[in-house]
Amino acid sequence: MNFSSGPAVAAMIGAIVLTATAGDVFIASALHGVGDLDHIKAARGFKSAVWAVISEGRFLAGFTCMALSFFSLLFSLSHADVSLIAPAAGSLTFVSNAVAAKWVLHENVDRRRWLAAVFVCCGVALLKR
Amino acid sequence: MNTSTMTLRRYLVLGVVTLTSAFGDTSLAVGMKRVGPVSLSHPDALVAALQTPWVFGGVLLLLLFFASYLTALSWADLTFVLPATSLAYVAVAFLSKFWLHEQISTERWLGIALITAGVGFVTQGPAYTRRSSANPAPDSGFSGSLQEGK
Repeated sequence: MNFSSGPAVAAMIGAIVLTATAGDVFIASALHGVGDLDHIKAARGFKSAVWAVISEGRFLAGFTCMALSFFSLLFSLSHADVSLIAPAAGSLTFVSNAVAAKWVLHENVDRRRWLAAVFVCCGVALLKR
Repeated sequence: MNTSTMTLRRYLVLGVVTLTSAFGDTSLAVGMKRVGPVSLSHPDALVAALQTPWVFGGVLLLLLFFASYLTALSWADLTFVLPATSLAYVAVAFLSKFWLHEQISTERWLGIALITAGVGFVTQGPAYTRRSSANPAPDSGFSGSLQEGK
C-alpha cells in the first residue's frame, strides 16, 4: 500500500484530527472541572495538583485519545513531510475544536471565529496542493 | 488571581506551549526520517523508534508541551489556547526549511500565511471565558455553564 498517495495522507491527517479533537475536548472539560492548577499547587502542593488532574476520568479518556493521536502522527511523519502533516493536522484540529467547543463545551464561538475557520480551511487547502 | 487575568507568567506558559510543540514535532520528524517508513504489518517499529535519540528527545519536548498545555487549559479556554499558540505552525515551517531542508513551495507558504492570519484574526476578539464557578461539580460533564468574557 502506498502511504504517500493523496488519499492515504488525507486519511492519516483525518485520524490525527479526530483523535486529537476528542482528546482536546475531554482534557479541556476535565481541566474546567479541576480548576486553576496554579491555585491548587499554591494551596495544596505540586503532588495534589498532579493528582487532581490524573484522578479525573475525563482526563484519562482525553489522554488515551491524545496517545492515539501521537502514534498516528508518528506513523504519518514516516510517510509524509512534517511541513504538510503538522500544519494541516494542527489547523484542521483548530477548526474541529472550534466546532466541538461550541456544540460540546458550549462555548461562545462567534462569527469572527467561524470566519477564522474559513481562513484556516483555505490555508490547509493550499498546503495540500 | 482571577482565571481571566493574563499575567506575564501565563504568556510565558503559552510561549513554552508554542516552542515545545514546534521543536518536538520537528525532532520527531528528524527521528522518523532516519528510522524510515514504518509498515502497518510491523507496528512494533514505532515502539522501537522511541529508543532513537531524536524521537526520544521529541517525546520529552512533547511531554513538556503537554504539561504546559494542561496548565494553560486550567486558566484559559480551549478556543483561546489553540489560536494563541498557533505560531508553532510558522516555527515548524521555518524549522522544516532551514533544519530539515524540506522543500516548501510558494503555495504552502501562502497556506501557512492564511492559517496564521486566520488564527491571528480570531485572537483580536474576546479570547477566553469566565466560568460561573471556579470548581464546578465533577458530574457537570461537558455542559458546564460557560460565558464569554474579557
